[in-house]
Amino acid sequence: MAEIKVDCINETCPVPLVETRKAIRKASPGDVLEIRGTHPASRKEIPMAVESMGLDLLGIEEEDGVWLIRIRK
Amino acid sequence: MSKKATIIVHSGDLDKVMSAFIIGLGALSMGMDVFMYFTFWGLERLKKGKLDKAPLSRMNMFGLGRWMISRKMKKAGVASLDKMLEDFVELGGKILACDMTMEIMGVNKENLRDDVISDYCGVGTYIKEAMESDLTLFI
Repeated sequence: MAEIKVDCINETCPVPLVETRKAIRKASPGDVLEIRGTHPASRKEIPMAVESMGLDLLGIEEEDGVWLIRIRK
Repeated sequence: MSKKATIIVHSGDLDKVMSAFIIGLGALSMGMDVFMYFTFWGLERLKKGKLDKAPLSRMNMFGLGRWMISRKMKKAGVASLDKMLEDFVELGGKILACDMTMEIMGVNKENLRDDVISDYCGVGTYIKEAMESDLTLFI
């Protein structure tokens, strides 16, 4: 199981969502994706996309305005 | 089966085409299948080298408004239309070109971005896709 990191720091709408989707497409089932970003709306929207695609949301953390979302495909 | 979004891009204005691509990319990112159907002035944007050579729908001011908005968007880190189109195709989005518009405007495949267009079709194809869609927009 690979761990894939996606850096979306300082990126704005819709880049974090799009980069997340691109990484999910490339990942294999079971892989864990770690997306890091600063765009506030994407922090809410990436979990929505995860839910609509039926993937596992492992957790969301935030520190100093940088959020980290972990997903399992 | 995935949910589906169908977007008609009738306008060729920069701001409206950008909105269309942002919505299209958002839908793809949420796991939907997306069809963008370019017709009338929208088709102009699929001509080679013309993707972002467009005026604003309002406050264009002979290109001054466009220049200002483009500068602000760059500063805010908004992706370019070229990047959005590239991502759209990479995520499996389909670009359709209206063949009737091509005929009346005297456009042929050689003038268009054939590398990104998945089909040349008429209104019937759009309606068929729209009937099966959960979201349809006319921009």
